[in-house]
Amino acid sequence: MEYFLTEEQQTIKGLARKIAEERVLPVRAELDEREEFPRAIVKDLADADMFRVFIPEQYEGLGGGCLELCLVVEELSRICGGVATTYAVNALGCYTLIEYGSEEQKQKYLPDIAAGKKLAAFAITEATAGSDVSGIKTTAEKVEGGYLLNGSKQFITNAPEADIYAVIVLTDKTKGPRGASTIIVEKGTPGFSFGKKEKKMGIRASSTGELVFRNCLVPEENLIGRAGAGFIQAMRLFDRSRPGIAAQAVGIAQGALEAAVDYAQQRVQFGQPIITLPVVQDMLAEMAIQVEAARALTYAAARTVDSGARNLTEAAAGAKVFASDVAVKVTADAVQVCGGTGYMRDFPVEKMMRDAKVTQIYEGTNQILRNAIAMELRKRKGRTV
Amino acid sequence: MNIIVCLKQVPATTQVRIDPQTNNLIREGIESIINPYDTYALEEGVRLRERFGGKVTAVSMGPPQAESALREAISLGADEAVLLCDRAFAGSDTLATAYTLARAMNKLGDYDLIICGRQTLDGDTGQVGPELSQMLDVPCVAYVSQIEDVADGALRARRMVEDGYEVIESPLPAVITVVKEISTPRLPSLRGIARSKSAAIPVWGAGDLALEPEKTGLAGSPTRVINVYSPQRTCQGEILEGDPAEQVECLIGRLKDAGLI
Repeated sequence: MEYFLTEEQQTIKGLARKIAEERVLPVRAELDEREEFPRAIVKDLADADMFRVFIPEQYEGLGGGCLELCLVVEELSRICGGVATTYAVNALGCYTLIEYGSEEQKQKYLPDIAAGKKLAAFAITEATAGSDVSGIKTTAEKVEGGYLLNGSKQFITNAPEADIYAVIVLTDKTKGPRGASTIIVEKGTPGFSFGKKEKKMGIRASSTGELVFRNCLVPEENLIGRAGAGFIQAMRLFDRSRPGIAAQAVGIAQGALEAAVDYAQQRVQFGQPIITLPVVQDMLAEMAIQVEAARALTYAAARTVDSGARNLTEAAAGAKVFASDVAVKVTADAVQVCGGTGYMRDFPVEKMMRDAKVTQIYEGTNQILRNAIAMELRKRKGRTV
Repeated sequence: MNIIVCLKQVPATTQVRIDPQTNNLIREGIESIINPYDTYALEEGVRLRERFGGKVTAVSMGPPQAESALREAISLGADEAVLLCDRAFAGSDTLATAYTLARAMNKLGDYDLIICGRQTLDGDTGQVGPELSQMLDVPCVAYVSQIEDVADGALRARRMVEDGYEVIESPLPAVITVVKEISTPRLPSLRGIARSKSAAIPVWGAGDLALEPEKTGLAGSPTRVINVYSPQRTCQGEILEGDPAEQVECLIGRLKDAGLI
């Protein structure tokens, strides 16, 4: 379908596809099998300027928006959802800094992230705080010389590989979510260590770990924006990052659709390729419709973010929920079309099915997001503009 | 270090068809790419610049559409590019091509190293690099697999020979031709692509290079393609069937029959 991408957007998409096909495809099965962080691919992405895409031009980026990021994430996900996660989480780790950081903070961190010299990550989830962010227990006590951090964060993507962590902590634990703040913690800070490395169902090329803070002293200038704004910053961050998860889901589903169509054309049963069977045609057509609908909604949500619109919750959450549900359905159907072969780990669709599942879970479960959409619906009484 | 990389746009396939009338390659309808060996030459040039500073100029002789190959070269790290394009160049064999390139090198002047791919995918002769060095009266090191060092106006390089490699030291300027073992070409970068789109690529014709007509194009090309054909198969292999034991028995019988054992 025609999405009216600019020449620059087409270039970004085309180069992301080239990297995915030439550098990721040959190693994706091995990365998945060994749960190996894709260092060499991160270098390729950096050399190709991919980490510059989402960084403003004055910090050595290319000044792209949400749509440009989505195009890269979609193309990487079409080949490997794990590699795409590693890439996309850099943007997640940067957004709060880009939007609320001081000039000094941006000059200090963003050029290195743009060049791919340093990786970023974002940390909010804790053992007691998933969908319910008010369950956060990690504290940052104001002391002489900065903030003293204590507590731990779990399921943090890009830990322990990332160098720069945007961490949501309680600077005032008496105020609940209104006492939350975003603080930058650099790898190597005394008192900051890494706990368990998680073993995951899918996106296994991406690294997921635990952050542990024990009397970790962080300078005061690492606070992003004002103290107490962390919760609002995080909600706004997710409004902008969720189209990226939608793009990941679209990419994974697209990869599965392509694999299923290729297989159906090659697989001969009853003397003919199975793509000639109406039952298979029906499945493939439905998959294609779903993927394209998810793509259209994702791009529209990304463009809404880039338009500077104030209230993004419905658009961003809607795209993420729809596309992730599509990805789970389409990848499962792709395994079905490919039959016994599809169920085997030598064939890529079972990995896609495993990779797809997380898109319904992270950056807000689809349940909590439907809840958020319903609240917005009540506010606007279901009317459109 | 000023480096010139010669590259040629070729059809993206080795299954080229030959025009039975003219015995020339049919290029219509086939996607064009940078000759793969030339991409290794370009990569090595860019890496040398990254190590020693200077600039990389990509030069191609070809039809107007070869400009796209030069833009791609800029996206892959070349600083500048020049297209040698003129109807008068049509029909050039390797000698006339090397002559035209040599005049372009002289016009560019001030070069330390000229890098070519070992041969092209379409013509496959491997002659242009060595011919170019002769015309420029500089040394040529062919089939280079590694540049060990560049220092004090000389380079030390490994060149592939049939049963190993030689280490050659050569004064600069020099021409080298490279094999694929020398490097892995990088992917383009977004900033490189942006630069390649806006780069001005000068086009030099016969007049700009002050070429002598009798050395240019068809007139300067002693090569005549008389006939192009696929060689007749005069002998054929045979595959022995059966399990390994049967195959061995059969093979021994054949060798005995032939009086070889």
